[in-house]
Amino acid sequence: MNSILTTLIDILSEPAILVALIALIGLVAQRKNLSDTMKGTTKTFVGFLVIAAGAGILETSLEPFGAMFQEAFNVSGVVPNNEAIVALALNEYGSNTALIMFFGMIVNILIARFTRFKYIFLTGHHTLYMACMLAVIMAVAGFDSVGLIAAGSVALGIIMTLSPAILQPFMRELTGNDKVALGHFSAVGYALSALVGKAVKGKNSTSTEKIDFPKGLGFLRDSTVSIALTMVVMYMIVALAAGPAYIEAELSDDTNFLVFSLVQAGNFAAGVFIILAGVRLVLAEIVPAFKGISTKLVPNAKPALDVPIVFTYAPNAVLIGFFSSFIGGLFSMAVMAIVGSTIILPGVVPHFFTGAAAGVFGNATGGIKGAVSGSFVNGVIISFLPVFLLPVLGELGFANTTFSDADFGVGGIFFGSLANYGGPIAIVISLIVILALMVIPFRGKKSA
Amino acid sequence: MKILAVCGSGLGTSFMVEMNINQAFEELGVTGVEVSHSDLSSAAPGDADVYFLAKDIAESGEHLGEIVVLDNIIDMDELREKVRKLAEDKDLI
Repeated sequence: MNSILTTLIDILSEPAILVALIALIGLVAQRKNLSDTMKGTTKTFVGFLVIAAGAGILETSLEPFGAMFQEAFNVSGVVPNNEAIVALALNEYGSNTALIMFFGMIVNILIARFTRFKYIFLTGHHTLYMACMLAVIMAVAGFDSVGLIAAGSVALGIIMTLSPAILQPFMRELTGNDKVALGHFSAVGYALSALVGKAVKGKNSTSTEKIDFPKGLGFLRDSTVSIALTMVVMYMIVALAAGPAYIEAELSDDTNFLVFSLVQAGNFAAGVFIILAGVRLVLAEIVPAFKGISTKLVPNAKPALDVPIVFTYAPNAVLIGFFSSFIGGLFSMAVMAIVGSTIILPGVVPHFFTGAAAGVFGNATGGIKGAVSGSFVNGVIISFLPVFLLPVLGELGFANTTFSDADFGVGGIFFGSLANYGGPIAIVISLIVILALMVIPFRGKKSA
Repeated sequence: MKILAVCGSGLGTSFMVEMNINQAFEELGVTGVEVSHSDLSSAAPGDADVYFLAKDIAESGEHLGEIVVLDNIIDMDELREKVRKLAEDKDLI
């Protein structure tokens, strides 16, 4: 009997098997045929192991980068990248992540069903990343076993609902209807950008789309290309600053320091490429199941979709937003260097995707001025939030990479600091209060 | 027939388009079409017979072969129209 129990625990603590089981449940619930069920379950299982393999490659690239940065500047340098930090975190927090994701989606459906917040968060990779961050934060906060899963899932469900909700007024302004929402965990940055746009809007603020703007930066949308190129630039600068003597003696095993750095920069992109392939396999069954179940249970749901849905509304603002956000990142980096804190390096991927969307929202409320200043503010925010997020991530705060988008920072810092002040109980109380606040206005409306 | 939906990171948008394409074919009663999704780097000519891309990355995907460009990736009506046309071209309906 005991051995059956330990085997069961072994199964459940192996995240790859756990997510495969979740996929299996989803597929059976949808009454898929045997071949589809087998295929989906196996892909999910393998996908999780692919993520772990990518994490290994990434680590070989990040460790020398961290060492070089420390040697050169005497502070730690962090490259925010969701895929990187999640892959590293899944080694230890994989099972909890999988369970929080599964139950968090259920909480999302329940909130959408029973409150006035009708948002179903369909951007699966962000759900996975947020589940992962919450697994880490709840563990650092002092939760364990069932309590950890429960707190993490409720927190995830709430974030999945509130993130699209705070942005919806601006989404309505942008799209002209109330049918779709934006499901991207940087909503705080976008909403701020829209507010900044409103504030700076002068009498003569023309839309970004009225100007002729050179195209041809489309290659930045290709994440492998943009990650590789920025990592090469960053690695080269840091390698030159650290100097050949240190690198060739301590890290590269006598290989020329620039050659070594070039290859390691490529390794970073290779690691992310593999992780993305794994994430795709893991989500392939889970997201359609979530979508199918939620449409059945929440008839008038608003799907919250991935960020490129807003890009087509203002292609010029996308480019302006990226540049302006990136400049905000460089500006923040200079401030951090002066202050002497951990330095957050501006990664092209977060600045591209969140900066671009911030540009679109800033443009919608404040024209060119709004796009430029709104996305600059976004760039500053996504640079400084990680500085305060790192301390609440425990061991993972020292990983040389971290979560990049604004809502991860806001959510993580919120729950992390609650735990610092009042431990797990403070988090439990805050979750209950938030849920109560979400439910009450709905009842009031109904009785009226 | 094989269809590949492509977007910048191959995670969210292309996945959504994939699910919508599946739904559109289902509505037409067409079966046997295999739809999957991918990022721009991984997508290669020969991976599929037809590629679906959003307007803003269409230029980067011209080398892929037969492409269908979506002006508005959340417009289900546009997608239905383009899937129907594709199905007619390929003699599936």
